[in-house]
Amino acid sequence: MAFRHMALAALAITPVTASAEDVFFEVSGKVAGQLQGFTEDAQFAGQDYDTNLSFSIEPEFYWEWNDGEDSVVFEPFYRYDEQDSERTHGDIRELNWLRVGDGWEFRAGLGKVFWGVTEFQHLTDIINQTDGVESFDGEEKLGQPMLNLSLVYDWGIIDAFILPGFRERTFAGQDGRLRSGLVVNTDAAEYESSAEDKHVDLALRWSHSVDVFDLGVYWFRGTNREPLLQTRTLGGKTELVPVYQQIDQLGFDGQATVDSWLWKVETIVRDSEDDRYAALQGGVEYTFYGISETNTDLGLLLEYGWDERGKDATSAAQNDIFVGTRFTLNDEASTEVLLGGGIDADYGSRSFFVEASRRVGEDWKVSLDGRFFSTDKASDPAVALAEDDRIQLTVERYF
Amino acid sequence: MQVTKSFNFVLGAGLLASGMLMSSLTLAQTAEERGLEISQEAKQRDLGWGDMKAEMLMVLRNKQGEESVREIRIKNLEQENDGDKSLTVFDKPRDVKGTAFLSFSHPVGADDQWLYLPALKRVKRIASRNKSGPFMGSEFAFEDLSSFEIEKYTYKYLRDEACGLGQCFVVEQYPVDKNSGYTRRVVWLDQAEYRTEKVEFYDRKDSLLKTLTFDGYQQYLGQYWRADVQTMINHQNGKGTDLQWSGYTFRTGLKDSDFNKNTLKRAR
Repeated sequence: MAFRHMALAALAITPVTASAEDVFFEVSGKVAGQLQGFTEDAQFAGQDYDTNLSFSIEPEFYWEWNDGEDSVVFEPFYRYDEQDSERTHGDIRELNWLRVGDGWEFRAGLGKVFWGVTEFQHLTDIINQTDGVESFDGEEKLGQPMLNLSLVYDWGIIDAFILPGFRERTFAGQDGRLRSGLVVNTDAAEYESSAEDKHVDLALRWSHSVDVFDLGVYWFRGTNREPLLQTRTLGGKTELVPVYQQIDQLGFDGQATVDSWLWKVETIVRDSEDDRYAALQGGVEYTFYGISETNTDLGLLLEYGWDERGKDATSAAQNDIFVGTRFTLNDEASTEVLLGGGIDADYGSRSFFVEASRRVGEDWKVSLDGRFFSTDKASDPAVALAEDDRIQLTVERYF
Repeated sequence: MQVTKSFNFVLGAGLLASGMLMSSLTLAQTAEERGLEISQEAKQRDLGWGDMKAEMLMVLRNKQGEESVREIRIKNLEQENDGDKSLTVFDKPRDVKGTAFLSFSHPVGADDQWLYLPALKRVKRIASRNKSGPFMGSEFAFEDLSSFEIEKYTYKYLRDEACGLGQCFVVEQYPVDKNSGYTRRVVWLDQAEYRTEKVEFYDRKDSLLKTLTFDGYQQYLGQYWRADVQTMINHQNGKGTDLQWSGYTFRTGLKDSDFNKNTLKRAR
């Protein structure tokens, strides 16, 4: 292909079986600048600033040989953050080898996997740890060490995972905003398993598409990605310590796609040393196509999040209603605007967000994100975020 | 006159199934029957290609003549008694690089469609109701790019007319799907090879919306004709989109197992 180029130079990872000419090599990726503005004075020590600047780079290196039967992808990531030293961080998002055959594939290395169908909370998604300092919505993930065998049958796809090694969640530091009053000390993480972050986790998933239904069921055994945050006083300093328990989890996700309706549900049953509980996120998305004789599509979203533990839940969506409207302009610049909000039915707290993006020229993309919080009750965990209303401008250059 | 011509053509072509031959022998053939017959012949001649790979350069042009480009790779697999399966991968613009689209089309009813978003590694099943929506901000609607199936339209033969490819049949097609953006399409097919030379699209108010022309036809496997360039002009907004095709290869050995959520995720 004219727009992809062949690398003729010998590559470090070129296996002895392939001559260098047969290896396809490609570099792509993005660099980004991000400016955050906070509209209110901060609540906690260390947060005394109104603006925050940061830069990130995420290149992707890709090699392919044996007519595409073998490939390696390497995607490092680094962010520099002006204010929060915890947000200045690097990661290897992906570094894995993939071998594909007829009806099967095998992947080894650091990888990323997403499971789920809903928009406001990703309840069933469990393989990768959340890179908590990257984004408030939890959609940015850390690279997970894995061996993954995927088999395609007429009756669905079976994915088996061996996950050797665990990634700890990242949290905003002393100088970060959008955090709880107490700082999470990620250097003092505790584990239920004596193997700590060397514990080998397992997962098995079946997924299938039948008629209008897309379904997935899985079982996961291993270290809970979501830590309990326990208060510890160490050296006269009170802080939060992440505690990672061992869990067994059954998960189900399903979507029915009927005309302009998407019906979605995610549910889990999680069993740990402390308790066993169920949680659910479900809802509907309806799209009006070509509104007012334009090319703009208007999507309406409604979801509900529930957790059996109620107010004791570690999840923020224990009894929450979410609504959203998505405008897709279908224009040359791929302009999209998502407006959404959530109401906590237990505490009455409200959150509102806007995510807008469009391409500029051929290689640039500009995004505007806003997050706004409001709560009346001091007992509401969301009160820690009450002064953290944030507007964020991101400019990305793709290469 | 009309009937005689059809009769001659049928004998000359010598390709038709006996059922169609019988119907064409019926003397009182209506314009609707004639339109259907021509369309069936066009479809019949394009059956059996098996599978196909190609690359597509999509050039979007606004009223001021400013251009932007999308680079797309496509794999298609023909299905017996069903619509085609296709896998589409975006290389440009760069911010959507790696985004891929899997479609199982059906002659009647909704297609099954999945979108892969590489940044999140997420596969989304999407509603296929938006047939009339623009593809990637271009002047092509999704329905303009889907495979031609007889059941998608009803037909009416209009006239014979001289055209760039020689002598053409002019046939009107009325979409069956209520979600189509068109009341009708007028199609020019050349009488020698049944290649589409031109399509006019009429919007829901029955005004002329777009014209699509096909240029640079090449024959593959000694049977199947594909145009190198398709040019879409929107008469109402003054914008245009060119599709420049390259690298057509047929019968590359693609199978059903090359079209599933796993192959979608690793399509890149």
